[in-house]
Amino acid sequence: MLSATQRTGRCCIVGVGQSEFTKWGGIQNRSQFQVTAEAILAALADAGLSPAEVDGLTSFSNDANDAPLMQVALGIPRLRLSGMIWGGGGGGTCGAISMACAAIESARANVVVAYRGLCQGQSRRFGRFGQGRVNGNFVDPFGLFAPSQMLSLAMRRFMHLYPITIEHMAEIALNARANANRNPNAVMHARPLTYEQYFASRWIAEPFRLYDCCLETDGACAVVITTRERARDLASPAVDILAAAHGSGPGWGSGLLSGHNMPDEDYASTNSRYLARELFHAAGLEPKDIDVAQIYDHFSGLVLMALEDFGFCGRGESGEFVASGAIRWPDGKLPINTSGGQLSEAYVHGMNLVIEGVRQLRGQSTSQVNDAETCLVTGGLGVSPTSAIILGRQ
Amino acid sequence: MAYFPDTMPRPTPNMDDAGFWDCCSQRKLAFQTCAECDTPRHPPTPVCPKCHSTKVTWSEAPAEAEVYTYNVIHHASHAAVTGRLPYIGAVIVFPGLPGVRLVSNLTDCDPSAVSIGMKVELWWDDIGEGMFVPRFCPHAKGDSL
Repeated sequence: MLSATQRTGRCCIVGVGQSEFTKWGGIQNRSQFQVTAEAILAALADAGLSPAEVDGLTSFSNDANDAPLMQVALGIPRLRLSGMIWGGGGGGTCGAISMACAAIESARANVVVAYRGLCQGQSRRFGRFGQGRVNGNFVDPFGLFAPSQMLSLAMRRFMHLYPITIEHMAEIALNARANANRNPNAVMHARPLTYEQYFASRWIAEPFRLYDCCLETDGACAVVITTRERARDLASPAVDILAAAHGSGPGWGSGLLSGHNMPDEDYASTNSRYLARELFHAAGLEPKDIDVAQIYDHFSGLVLMALEDFGFCGRGESGEFVASGAIRWPDGKLPINTSGGQLSEAYVHGMNLVIEGVRQLRGQSTSQVNDAETCLVTGGLGVSPTSAIILGRQ
Repeated sequence: MAYFPDTMPRPTPNMDDAGFWDCCSQRKLAFQTCAECDTPRHPPTPVCPKCHSTKVTWSEAPAEAEVYTYNVIHHASHAAVTGRLPYIGAVIVFPGLPGVRLVSNLTDCDPSAVSIGMKVELWWDDIGEGMFVPRFCPHAKGDSL
């Protein structure tokens, strides 16, 4: 059981909402903005709150669904927080929640919705060349256009430094697909993936194969954050935010997505080591206290790095850790990405991982971990900033 | 013939990184270096992160270079690379100039022959309109060097 001192976090998630998830280009009957607004309304309905009670909106990764316009669309009478976490790659997923907590705890806002909506068929596909990348001059002329082509460089060095193999990446991908096959809302539901199919799949950017890369999805997700006091008489079980953090180590702003000039000792990592220490300290917990985790899986190999950076195993030991069955539902000691994650449920820049974290602590997951009390959720990894939260069951 | 076709995205120098590309146009690979404390940095930034001086010089990269990490790209994320698949992305380091890494390509090399730590040589890819892009190969590439 969590102790009283671990209950001092004053914010909780009181509602979650999402759209349907489809392959990119699958939502054509309404705008991305409408899809996002509907996800926010669904999250508020789950909480039993009306838009009139919302006074903060946060997002990340340059979400195109402008908060001031969302205020108009939803009829929010008074906005006190309209916050955007800098940086791409989903690094700010949990940063948008951390910012909401900071505003609520300092009485700048009372009810904040953190959201992300992206219909890649209506805007641009992230797996393609896109103009305007920060420091694009130092990657585009060399044919490094997409995150798979940039982050695989760090993965290769990770495999050079430590006993990490393709088989270990396969385990991340196969675990995600097995979990997605229990989740009817997953894009890859009812599409089993075998070890043989994984190894027969085409290379995207060696060492990443097709199944090491996340989906490209149309969809939107939203979560409602408020105080524990306000949560008491709301409609759905509240989940505590025991700690929330976002930030970056040195040099990562021109890191894996541009100039690759981070410190050597951090190069083959997720840019989360500093943040992880502070996060666990703030929650009064250790890695061994985490019952289930949703680890940002844009690429299978970065999940291995994250298992080390968040302290679930030692440096270079993530391969052995996953090979032992540790991440598998239901019997592993740390089941991860229980909705299917972004490799097999949906790629909504990690907000779907936050929703799955809430489902686990409400006892509503399709791969429910028995008696789960704590869940780690991370934002995008290997980018800048990165972010994470630890959720706790009330 | 440039390594990639004309439709390949070109460097579009801006006020912060023009010094790097000016050197490239003269076929000189040089990294921005603080004129006060001599710390090299890349990609270019207008302020030294160590001493906060805005004065810069340009340090020519040593000839000795090696592969820090690499990948083999099989999927075309831009139509311009379709005819080049698979091609090798590489992060290059210079043992004589610690503190900077350069993202580039390794050419004229079978992907299965690449390894981290392998020695490579700079060659200049003429992409037209007076601009050259630094790429690397394992052996002398003749006239381009």
